[in-house]
Amino acid sequence: MKWTTIKRVLIAGAKNFVRGDAVSVATVLIMTVTLTLIGSMIFLSALLSFTLNTITNKIDVSVYFVTTASEADILAVKNQIESLPQVESVTYTSAADALTAFRARHANDELTLQALDELGGNPLDASLSVHAKDPSEYGSIVNFLEASPALSAGGTSIIDRINYAQNKSAIDRLTLATQAMRNIGFAIVILFAIASILIAFATIRLAIYTAKDEIAVMRLVGASNAYIQGPFVVTGIIAGIIAAALVLLILWPATWYVETKTIGWFGGFNVASYYSSNFVLIFLILMGSGIALGAIASVLAIHRYLKA
Amino acid sequence: MIYFDKVTKRYGDTTALEEVTLSVAPKEFVSIVGHSGAGKTTLLKLLLAEERPSDGVVFFESVDVNELPSSALHHYRRKIGMVFQDFRLIPNKTAYENIAFAMEAAGRTDSEIASDVPYILELVNLADKASRFPDQLSGGEKQRIAIGRAIINQPDIIIADEPTGNLDPINTYEVVEILKKINELGTTIIITTHNKGVVDAVGKRVITIDRGKLVRDDTEGKFVL
Repeated sequence: MKWTTIKRVLIAGAKNFVRGDAVSVATVLIMTVTLTLIGSMIFLSALLSFTLNTITNKIDVSVYFVTTASEADILAVKNQIESLPQVESVTYTSAADALTAFRARHANDELTLQALDELGGNPLDASLSVHAKDPSEYGSIVNFLEASPALSAGGTSIIDRINYAQNKSAIDRLTLATQAMRNIGFAIVILFAIASILIAFATIRLAIYTAKDEIAVMRLVGASNAYIQGPFVVTGIIAGIIAAALVLLILWPATWYVETKTIGWFGGFNVASYYSSNFVLIFLILMGSGIALGAIASVLAIHRYLKA
Repeated sequence: MIYFDKVTKRYGDTTALEEVTLSVAPKEFVSIVGHSGAGKTTLLKLLLAEERPSDGVVFFESVDVNELPSSALHHYRRKIGMVFQDFRLIPNKTAYENIAFAMEAAGRTDSEIASDVPYILELVNLADKASRFPDQLSGGEKQRIAIGRAIINQPDIIIADEPTGNLDPINTYEVVEILKKINELGTTIIITTHNKGVVDAVGKRVITIDRGKLVRDDTEGKFVL
């Protein structure tokens, strides 16, 4: 396409938008609603991920060591576990640290502290807290720990116990729940996205339907399909860009308002700071969606009127 | 220039045109008359390749119009200027832009458009209304803009479907005079009309169609229905 033609198509598209009055305003408003839904899906996905990560992070498996195990042996085990691909992190808590934490946790419980003192020494074991990348991986990590001969020093296992068996049913339930939440969340996002896209398509189809006689005239005066289609696509893109800009503007006060009204609801998820720290990504998603929706909906809507 | 060879057009069980054979030479002014539903508009649609014949062939400058691929139709239509009873101007374009659009569609340059459109607006006596939108113009003015749009690309032929159907007698007279002037400059013109006054004012060849059949072809311009 020559530059003159491109220039004419751009100018005609802009003029169509400006002269479209109520139809242009309606298209922008509907697309604003559509893009707001898409924007909400971004936040919903982020909130869902945050919540699932928070839940997943609360799941761990603790490996307790016999009191005779040396710190060097325990750290050797730690290194072995960390080298497993399915392991996210391993935290070592020495027996002394465990005792300090226990005393701090029961600082107001005189009876417990008294009983501890009467026992004499440190009855608590050193432990490793293992976080898997995926909760479903705990079984294989535990199998590794139980089967690995490297965990024995002098022929005796230094591992006292692993709390996996006690927690297995809880871990399995949480794993199922997080997977279900992920699937349901994904389905909701897809459903809303499809619904919002269909709304935008219907609106643009309606706008182009009002111009069907105009399109017929353009064909009869010898305009090529591309030359007829071009301005409508430009008009659709302009509507998409304006709608995306409106949504991006609305999101500033909206996320701030939601943040102030829902402090503590989302377990630490900060809607406003998520928006500001991910602004470029959200800008690109919304602007890209607006442009793509406007262009694709226009092309599809006008196609039926261009058949020779 | 134009040759309809035993052209039949059917819509389902209804026959709109039946074995019509006619030819139009360059620079002719032909009026096609007939009652409503006689098949006049169908004949024009076949010539514009808006419709395809059920049987027979339509030739335009020895090209079989039915054989034109869809991708070539817009080039073909640039050879024809169309004028409609209901004007069919583009509502969100000014008078100037409506005429310029036909030039833009044909790929003419900005400087050609800037020089030709004002000239055509002068020709149809609407230079002072260049920036008006169609809904700000009278019926006669709209039809003159439509004629301006039809002639702007200097087509080989102008086809006018009931061009005076929505006009009062004064505007009818003006439109007929403009069409006669264009014909005198060498452009072939085909109009369909019900209006005996128009046929008499043109005073050229008259083709009469009745219930899809060509029943009369009178070179002396007689209006017989």
